[in-house]
Amino acid sequence: MLEVTGLACARGEHQLFAGLSFALTGGELLQVQGENGSGKTTLLRTLCGYIQPSAGEIRWHGKSLRELDDEYYANIVYLGHANAIKDELNALENLRISSALSGWAVSDSVAIAALRRMGLRGRETFPVKVLSQGQRRRVALARLLISKASLWILDEPLAALDVNAVGLMQEILGEHLGNHGMVVFTTHQTLEVAGVATRLLKLS
Amino acid sequence: MNTLSVYSLLDLVIRRDVILAMRRRADVLTTLIFFVLVVSLFPLAVGSEMDMLRKMAPGVVWVAALLASMLSLGRMFSADFQDGTLEQMMLVPQSLSMMVLGKIAAHWMLSGLPLVLIAPVLGLQFDMSGDALLVLVISLLIGTPVLSMIGAFGAALTLGLRGGGVLVSLLVLPLCVPVLIFGTGAVTAVTGGVSAAPNLALLGAFLLMSLLFTPWVSALALRISME
Repeated sequence: MLEVTGLACARGEHQLFAGLSFALTGGELLQVQGENGSGKTTLLRTLCGYIQPSAGEIRWHGKSLRELDDEYYANIVYLGHANAIKDELNALENLRISSALSGWAVSDSVAIAALRRMGLRGRETFPVKVLSQGQRRRVALARLLISKASLWILDEPLAALDVNAVGLMQEILGEHLGNHGMVVFTTHQTLEVAGVATRLLKLS
Repeated sequence: MNTLSVYSLLDLVIRRDVILAMRRRADVLTTLIFFVLVVSLFPLAVGSEMDMLRKMAPGVVWVAALLASMLSLGRMFSADFQDGTLEQMMLVPQSLSMMVLGKIAAHWMLSGLPLVLIAPVLGLQFDMSGDALLVLVISLLIGTPVLSMIGAFGAALTLGLRGGGVLVSLLVLPLCVPVLIFGTGAVTAVTGGVSAAPNLALLGAFLLMSLLFTPWVSALALRISME
């Protein structure tokens, strides 16, 4: 369970948000809303530990983030604006390396199954640089399928995706929440998961 | 939670960086060609006075190696920074310092080791003796990893800054001066009939020191540049 109390973040002189508190338990979906520049990405990056908050605390299963480190990192997966895939490698190699680094090496058949589910059948061994933006995003999203992390932090996961892929994402999120996973995400599109009420967090 | 052993983590990172470099060979060749060209231009420009060439050989080779290693520093972290793979590396339950060490090792294998291997051939242009060539290769073998390690620290500190390329040279070159002095000193000693051991031992000490501190300091610098 993720608890955030009194979180405040500033970029330079500019205070983005302050006094932010929320808690997230297994099976819950939290959408962070706000205008451009309201600090959505900063909030997500703070949850990942990239940015030190100027005040407040983030707790994971009752323990402060400062004490956790590796134990926490093994339980989260972050998808940012950048796809975090290498152009020179093919989709399969990308997945193989990122899963090996996260400590959960998967077999090729599992990785191929994940890519196929993301609609990349036949593209598994193409260099990523020949894929379209939407297809690259699908490769990045395939990481979610093979990850064993319980907290997903997704920054604009639907960017560059077509209607079918958005439907697929809803399905994948639904499965993750069904397994008592947690999801924090931002989006400017509509993303609803059947049977799960989306909790909203407004930044202003 | 699933932390890899140090060995398999290093293996994974080195293998990844080497595969990436092999798919973009031009970058690796640029460093090597620069080194060969700079060293080869000196005998042409200075003329064929053997005594003078023999005297300046270690200095020319070492300065060229230093500049060639500067040339490739920009690539050590910036590509991973831009496509987001570097920030993902910080989110895995593995030691960032060890991953940085792996990246340094890969960087040295691709930009330092080729220089070490080609140096004896270039040394022949300067009419260096067999002993001098041997000591030159040994000093480069110990010294170039230090250049990669100090360079990694500079590259990590200047990551994401505009004009980072110039800044990293300003930052790193002064720190590399001792390596340059003892590297050339070893060769000069052996041509002067003295043992090269003290110079090489000092180079070895630099290697151990930087092995101990630079991966850790570079990892800290990378975390700062992520904010």
